[in-house]
Amino acid sequence: MRLNFIQSLIIVCMVALATQITRWTPFLVFSGGRKFPKMVEDLGRLLPPAMMGLLVVYSLRNTDLFTGSHGLPEAIAVAVTAGLHLWRRSTLLSILAGTAVYMLLVQLVFV
Amino acid sequence: MPHKSFPAALKAAFPHTVPILTGYLAVGLAYGLLMASKGYNFLWSGFVSAFAFCGSMQYVAITLLTTAFDPLSAFFLSLMVNARHLFFSLALLPKYRGLGRLRYFLIYTLSDENFSLSSTVEPPEDADPTLFYFAMSLLTWLYWVAFSMLGGLIGGLITFDISGIDFALTALFVVLFIEQVIKQENRPAGFMGLACSVAGLAMFGADSMVIPAMVLTLIALLLGRKKLCA
Repeated sequence: MRLNFIQSLIIVCMVALATQITRWTPFLVFSGGRKFPKMVEDLGRLLPPAMMGLLVVYSLRNTDLFTGSHGLPEAIAVAVTAGLHLWRRSTLLSILAGTAVYMLLVQLVFV
Repeated sequence: MPHKSFPAALKAAFPHTVPILTGYLAVGLAYGLLMASKGYNFLWSGFVSAFAFCGSMQYVAITLLTTAFDPLSAFFLSLMVNARHLFFSLALLPKYRGLGRLRYFLIYTLSDENFSLSSTVEPPEDADPTLFYFAMSLLTWLYWVAFSMLGGLIGGLITFDISGIDFALTALFVVLFIEQVIKQENRPAGFMGLACSVAGLAMFGADSMVIPAMVLTLIALLLGRKKLCA
């Protein structure tokens, strides 16, 4: 059960168009050589750390705290990743170890 | 200057993209496989990935492709799910301003992952900044397209258990969050974003957390801006 060729193409174009609008709007609004308003400059400085906070939560949004494994595999793997990173500051090591721990937990421990 | 060439930029950029390579391996393969199971072959997955390039929204789009034809809902749903990109590009405005024509590709491919890298990783001194950012974005875009197509072609042949490998993307965000808040001046804003997003998730649930989280974060940052940027 799927849409026909033309309908599918239209849906994909709609998704792509909306996505691109979210990426281009700020650039189009503040295009040209104009100096940014102070507020935009401040947001440019404050948003990167704030949005990294949002992405951490967003990527864990489907974790179920109330049933199943109660978010324990996620909590442990995030703790391993963060702890290792604060200790050694090696991005690859932290991510690979955290991911390996998570895979072991969901495949062998919390099945 | 030969050391400022594109291959040099690729070489400098590649290590930063390895976590994304790992994460996309799982998520991209699964996407291609799922599309194929709904009657969209690997050419379709490759096309959607290259053209729309919007990760989790492409999963949502599978639902849109397999129910009654409704282009307006598709448009508004994508707008809401991807509203967070508004803030990504707002945050990168100053950084991308000096980058010439290649920045159009950087904006086109401004995913969660590319935003994280571009806003946190600084180009090494021996690489051209524009080419360095371009190389990172190009690599992640290619990974996504290639794995989506591969999933549609051979996804069904994978027999070993890779479940949980998509945690690589969460781990990437955790690490880059730490890299941000390790700097004293970024700490309040980082934890404000974290707290506002938890609040958005708690109040509105997983499917509609993005916009409330953005609004709360924006209010918190604007209220604290004079103090934080003094």
